[in-house]
Amino acid sequence: MITALWVMVAIAVVLGVVLGYSAIRFRVEGNPLVEKIDAVLPQTQCGQCGYPGCKPYAEAIAKGEADINLCPPGGEDGIHKLADLLGVEFKPFGENTKPRAKAVAFIDENDCIGCTLCIQACPVDAIAGAAKQMHTIIAAECTGCELCVAPCPVDCISMQPIPEKPGNWKWKYPVIPLRQQK
Amino acid sequence: MRRLFTFHGGIHPPTNKTQSTTQPIARVPLPAELVISLHQHAGEAAKPVVQVGERVLKGQLIGAPVGGFSAAVHAPTSGTVSAIELETVAHPSSLPELCITLRVDGKEEWAARHAVDYRTLCNAELQQHLRAQGVVGLGGAAFPCDMKLRHAIPVATLILNGAECEPYITCDDMLMRERAAEIVRGAEILRHALDAKEVLFGIEDNKPEAIAAMQRAIDDGGLPFEVVAVPTIYPGGSAKHLIKVLTGREVPSGKLPTDIGVQCFNVGTTYAIKRACDDGEPLIARVVTVTGNVAQPRNYEALIGTHFAELITASEELPGTNRYIMGGPMMGLELPTANVPLVKASNCVIVASDALFPPQPAPLPCIRCTRCVQACPAELQPQDLYWFAQSNNFGKAQEFHLFDCIECGACAYVCPSSIPLVHYYRYAKSEIRARDQEKRAADLARERHEFRQLRIEREKQEKAERLAQKERATAKAVTETAAVPTPTGPVAAGDDTQQLHINAALERAKAQAAAAHPKNIDHLTPEQQAEIAVIEARRATIHDIAADAGADDEPPKQS
Repeated sequence: MITALWVMVAIAVVLGVVLGYSAIRFRVEGNPLVEKIDAVLPQTQCGQCGYPGCKPYAEAIAKGEADINLCPPGGEDGIHKLADLLGVEFKPFGENTKPRAKAVAFIDENDCIGCTLCIQACPVDAIAGAAKQMHTIIAAECTGCELCVAPCPVDCISMQPIPEKPGNWKWKYPVIPLRQQK
Repeated sequence: MRRLFTFHGGIHPPTNKTQSTTQPIARVPLPAELVISLHQHAGEAAKPVVQVGERVLKGQLIGAPVGGFSAAVHAPTSGTVSAIELETVAHPSSLPELCITLRVDGKEEWAARHAVDYRTLCNAELQQHLRAQGVVGLGGAAFPCDMKLRHAIPVATLILNGAECEPYITCDDMLMRERAAEIVRGAEILRHALDAKEVLFGIEDNKPEAIAAMQRAIDDGGLPFEVVAVPTIYPGGSAKHLIKVLTGREVPSGKLPTDIGVQCFNVGTTYAIKRACDDGEPLIARVVTVTGNVAQPRNYEALIGTHFAELITASEELPGTNRYIMGGPMMGLELPTANVPLVKASNCVIVASDALFPPQPAPLPCIRCTRCVQACPAELQPQDLYWFAQSNNFGKAQEFHLFDCIECGACAYVCPSSIPLVHYYRYAKSEIRARDQEKRAADLARERHEFRQLRIEREKQEKAERLAQKERATAKAVTETAAVPTPTGPVAAGDDTQQLHINAALERAKAQAAAAHPKNIDHLTPEQQAEIAVIEARRATIHDIAADAGADDEPPKQS
């Protein structure tokens, strides 16, 4: 009886040590779900979801505080991916959140007064310029978040839709023309 | 006799090549206008380096390559640049591309030609020369030639591809028949550059004249090259498949032929390389087959930028034409109109009619007969790929090696349900590429955003530190000057330093005000001085009045 007890205690101690050690050794920093959600989000950092960036939105989704249909730049595709990831039902966009065509910001350099307000607003540092110097958008880095449009005191920033060119053209889904039977 | 190998699948469509090989390669009269696309090759579009209105000479550089993966574009003849605008080009999207329009003056005046002796050039120098001469692969993909010389030297086997497996096309066949010596010379240049141990010409056995001509040219030159007649099967002319047939080795998925010590060049490209080195002529013309519903199907040596319509007119189009195909019937693309310019990749134009290409019946559901599997030369499962592509299940399509598909069209050719299979694969491929692109952009944005957050945090910290340091310095100064009586007001002990700042600022402002003089009161005439005196007097009275009024206005205290 006593032996059995000692054996059980010994096993408990050994397992406890192993568990304790692995808890320290294989510790996971942060919530891995947040990273996974963040990887699905389009990283425009536009704040249209009501959170200050994609990471905070990902955190809110992980905590269950936010819905999955608040990210217009991600499109319906993004909602599908989030729904798959979280194992929840697809949810269409609400009334006020509709995805728009992809665009990049454009600064009318004739009107720019060099106030740097847009530079401070840009979440991805995609605007080059300095105080009292003309600013310009680095189009390749622009995520199209529109955060620079509102702060501009002279309204010289506009959003330009990305035109379809042979370089970014995509093959369309095959459509079979229906012919009328004679 | 060399032992040949076979590859899986393949089809035997009617070759329809004899129609256009009855007559020698012809030249078309100089057109009045040439439209030269700046994006005729795989990679980045070239950048125009001429102005509208500028006169250019034949062979002059008009588009400079941009970045490492691009090719130069040259003026095909002398003339004046009349426009640099977006024009419709041969592209499946029919979207316009930047083109240089050249008004031809008919003088054919050459710019300076830089011929080089290939024996004195190392591989890198030859690459540079070919890049400057705008030589790209003429088999159809228009891959810049210099890039194909960049990898893995030496190669064990250099293959010159004269298979030309696609029906109707005969431009390489006619080139080999008529200009075999030049092609062999080009092969010598390539052998030198790649340090190849073995040089093979792979030509399909339905071109006996070309095989004989090439063999004769090699014998005349006394070179250790070998002409190999390979069995006629489509798509035996695809580089990977020709390599398999000739060497028995397979290019692994996602790898290049150079990774297995083989490099492959089209015979047309080889001819262009010869012209670029021996004659210093950039790639400004190519041989193109005009065939199909025309009275005179034949090959033309045409300048790049010639409108297809001119070639078709020269071949006398027959009634019943309903569309034009650039390339072959298997992999070619339908032209939006016949009025698009010839590019470096245009090997053939087929004038199509319902009689030649009966309209495809409407597609029926896939019955999973797997005839496509038997035909697929890439050993894929086309019916599965189709299933995943049509249901937008791109991840699964990629798992089934969609990107190993060479879009040869063999599966669609044998499909009893006439499903446009290749169209589905192209759709899936371009969607996957676009998504990858988006993913990369998102990763970059995330990185930049995180760095920005980090930077803002760091700047905040640095600022706080700087302030704290300054405070400490001021506090030290206060304790040192504690003996000196400082103006004390209703200020709490803790706000001493703040008050100190304010006082110092006030002092500075006062000193500045005292130092400032009106600058316009020197050297005045007596009249002006009198005038100033009057104004000053008036100002003084106003001040007095204001002071009195202010005193009056003040509410009487404790009355």
